Amino acid sequence: MHSPVERPIALALRGLSKRFERPAVDALDLTIFGGEFYCLLGPNGAGKTTTLRMVAGLLRPDAGSIHINGIDALADPVSAKQMTAWLSDEPMIYDKLTPFEYLEFVAGLWRIDAAAAESRARELIGWLGLEPHAHERCEGFSKGMRQKVALAGALVHDPRLIILDEPLTGLDAGSARQVKNVLIERVRAGGTVIMTTHILEVAERMADRIGVIAGGRLIAEGTLDELRKITGEQTGKTATSLEDTFLTLVAEQAAAA
Amino acid sequence: MSGPDTLVFLASHELRLGWRDWLSLMTAGRRTRARTATIALIVFAVFMHGLAYSMVAGYAGMGVVPDKTTLVVVTGTMLLSWTLLLSQAMESVTRAFYSRSDLDLILTSPINPRKVFAVRIGRIAVSVAVVAMLLAAPFINVLAMLGGVRWLAAFGVVAAMGAVAAALAVALTIALFRTIGAKRTRLVAQIVAAVIGASFVIGMQIAAILSFGSLSRFAAMQSDWLVARAPDRGSTLWWPARALLGDAGALAVVAGVALALLGASIAIFAGSFGDHAMAAAGVSNAVVRQRRWPLGFRRRSAASVLRQKEWTLLRRDPWLVSQTLMQMLYLLPPALMLWLSFRDGSSALVVLVPVVVMAAGQLAGGLAWLSISGEDAPDLVATAPIAARRIVWAKIEAVMGAIALVFGPLVAALAFAAPTVALVTGLGVALAAASATLVQLCFRVQAKRSQFRRRQTSSRIATFAEAFSSIGWAGCAALAAAGTWAAIFPALIAIGVLAGVRMISPPRA
Repeated sequence: MHSPVERPIALALRGLSKRFERPAVDALDLTIFGGEFYCLLGPNGAGKTTTLRMVAGLLRPDAGSIHINGIDALADPVSAKQMTAWLSDEPMIYDKLTPFEYLEFVAGLWRIDAAAAESRARELIGWLGLEPHAHERCEGFSKGMRQKVALAGALVHDPRLIILDEPLTGLDAGSARQVKNVLIERVRAGGTVIMTTHILEVAERMADRIGVIAGGRLIAEGTLDELRKITGEQTGKTATSLEDTFLTLVAEQAAAA
Repeated sequence: MSGPDTLVFLASHELRLGWRDWLSLMTAGRRTRARTATIALIVFAVFMHGLAYSMVAGYAGMGVVPDKTTLVVVTGTMLLSWTLLLSQAMESVTRAFYSRSDLDLILTSPINPRKVFAVRIGRIAVSVAVVAMLLAAPFINVLAMLGGVRWLAAFGVVAAMGAVAAALAVALTIALFRTIGAKRTRLVAQIVAAVIGASFVIGMQIAAILSFGSLSRFAAMQSDWLVARAPDRGSTLWWPARALLGDAGALAVVAGVALALLGASIAIFAGSFGDHAMAAAGVSNAVVRQRRWPLGFRRRSAASVLRQKEWTLLRRDPWLVSQTLMQMLYLLPPALMLWLSFRDGSSALVVLVPVVVMAAGQLAGGLAWLSISGEDAPDLVATAPIAARRIVWAKIEAVMGAIALVFGPLVAALAFAAPTVALVTGLGVALAAASATLVQLCFRVQAKRSQFRRRQTSSRIATFAEAFSSIGWAGCAALAAAGTWAAIFPALIAIGVLAGVRMISPPRA
């Protein structure tokens, strides 16, 4: 594995801010490298989803910049969107379309060559175990199946940056495993993943680096070992799991605030 | 406090839900709008009383035992109104079956489902009756003020009509469940409801057209032919009309029969209501398999896939199609008139123009809401690498394409009979549809397609603007077809409405 400094920057956030009733994201600086699996953790209301929605182009920041693979996403959103995919915890798909038709629609939106998109769609449908349902309308699908269709849609245009907001919420163990495998495969192939999750075990196992956000600010960042080291230095105790580390970091932030 | 297994407890629960539902409908879900809604309701009530005065003041002195022609007209008008109540009640019953909301909680609670659904049927009857009484109130109040308190008996008759409508609606909907199953009932019940609601009005209009060459339904009711064939004044058929006119004895009988019918409906059907509701709940899990297409993915532009997506979603949702196309039923009488005029070479075609233009505006408003606001995957579309303006254009094209598909043949048929009228109608259709789409664009919200029925509650301004712009273009087209320059005035009103909409529309984030 390359060290982060050798890799190109996939996502760079500088001074990113968004305020609703109160600051949701507060001058956030964040750098994610190409081919990296990055997990963004934080308590409820920490600003994780707001951050990712700004990166995906769904929210306009009040201040700051977003660069995706070197492209200024605020100045040239169309080019930035061409290389990104967004998936939230609530799969938004069309009930009256089949998975195959949905993927054809997504490929059309991203202007992917029809033959290449079809081949990729078949591959994804196979990977995600959707073959028996590929020509059924999505209206009768379970949450897990809907999420898998949405994930296939996110991957059918071969994005370089995949932005995922709690993608495993509500999935059964089998479906969650399939989704995780597809994501790991994607990172191995050179893609970059930034994901929020409340399932710390997933972050612990999958992430190359973990960022902890609270009050709209990045309070800690690094590999799991690095985070353990930070909390150990701060508390004088040795945290054993990511859960202990995370809770310690968040508690300290709350106390400081 | 009432125990949980009592009708009083359940009735108060239903009452509270009904009240909050109504409040939400009036204030579009924002409590801060309560004062505005109250003022608007008062203004509306004053306006309606003025309108009622102009319409019914002359009838206030009518006797309790009127002549046969009056009995025919009153009974016909009551029947016409009742079909609308029946239609509304069928909608409510269907919604009660298919709206999941609290059904899971109710059906898994230890309360006897028969009692729950007895109360629910009662609530439907009460809500239908209350709405009918509210709508009738201005007319009854004016009659009572000018002709005496006997006219207040009309409130009792209206309530009885609501009870009978609810009783029959439950019976009809459950009959549909038993004959065609839960899956088809949702769609069919809605179509039946709309057809019932429209059939009497349309039937009377068709009769009037065939007999008198007019779109007025009163022309048929007042005809000598009908009055001569109607039963004598002493017939029990006229009891509802007599009750409406203040006959206390007739009112007692009508109210008694209505309550008996409602009671019988509750007693017979409350027990099976729960079973049907559960069957309806399983419908969404049904698997619908689409035909595989042999050609695979097709090469198309982003705008093209967006348009195609809109049309596919619409085509595959018969419930939505029927919702949007129901208003097209009202085009049947004008279509008949068109056919008759075409056959006779009559110049009466001009009266068709505003009807067609108005219908186009209303249909376009519904389709535009579905396409622009009712986007089920807004994040997907918003994160696609397409400029937002192109997405909006593609959706507008989808709406205008659908309008062209529906109204094109009608305008083409018109062109054979009267090319100038057809040209004016075509322009009117395009302008009304574009205006309704613009209104929806200015007031777009993020909603699910399944929320289509409540689209009008999200913005009252949008609803009125859509209606007024359609009326403006309909008036403009009618006057233009008649060859008068006065057409410019309603056009200016429509343009003014659109300019106002642009000015007050909420800013986009």
